[in-house]
Amino acid sequence: MIETGIDITLNISVSLFILIGTFFVLSSSLGIARFPDIYTRLHAATKASTLGISSMLIGTFLFLYAEHDIVSGKLLLAIVFILLTAPVSGHMISRAAHKSGVKPVTANRSDAYEDALQKHRKNS
Amino acid sequence: MAFQIVINLIIACMWMFLNESYTFASFVAGYLWGILLLFLLNRFIPDTFYLRRVGKVIKLIFLFIRELVLSNIEIVKLVYKRQPQFEPGIFMLPLDLKSNWEITLLANLITLTPGTLSVAIAHDNSHIFIHAMHIDDIDESIRSIKDTFEKAIMEVTR
Repeated sequence: MIETGIDITLNISVSLFILIGTFFVLSSSLGIARFPDIYTRLHAATKASTLGISSMLIGTFLFLYAEHDIVSGKLLLAIVFILLTAPVSGHMISRAAHKSGVKPVTANRSDAYEDALQKHRKNS
Repeated sequence: MAFQIVINLIIACMWMFLNESYTFASFVAGYLWGILLLFLLNRFIPDTFYLRRVGKVIKLIFLFIRELVLSNIEIVKLVYKRQPQFEPGIFMLPLDLKSNWEITLLANLITLTPGTLSVAIAHDNSHIFIHAMHIDDIDESIRSIKDTFEKAIMEVTR
């Protein structure tokens, strides 16, 4: 009886983790479609998808442990690497976009990076 | 710190040899004995007890996870609003951190926190440029980044 109770809680938590993950990934892709410019879209792409994918991976980890008694280190490593690489790619894409001249949609023209770049150009 | 870890590893290996059981379990047991010895003999070994710094690293990780979840909830709220309100803009944050990897860590943390995305770093590493969803509360976000992240990173690295 006790074992079945543990099984049920494990199953519920596995499905919860995977459902929450898919929800976050879905909303991140909706955000990419709805937001106005590349920078705000990157907000959606970097944040929501990292948490979504890590939560799905945690669900998979729990499933493998409960069902097949495998402690999968690869999944944990995958979470770590996603957390490490997603912000880096967001940073690189936004910087590249700015360098290639994509103007951000800004409220009352607050673009400090553009100002600094112009000052740098003037000095050199 | 490195010196203390080496001592700890040596004690763990010694424990394995003394027990004559070369398994992972006895290595862990030896490592725990080493931690206890280092803690007791802390006064005679240079540097502070290294697990204190490990504790700070764990604190930083938990801070990071909390901010990640909060930022996700905020983004999801924005996605499902009928008329999302944006006042985006790029602002400048003066940096106190100096070394390259500290700044990398800070940029990563900024990207995964609510409403901010690191765009670029100044040539002389003195400023970091951040894209914010709501440019109104710049002062608020500057203060929160300075108080929480920069402080936590400094505690770990210095």
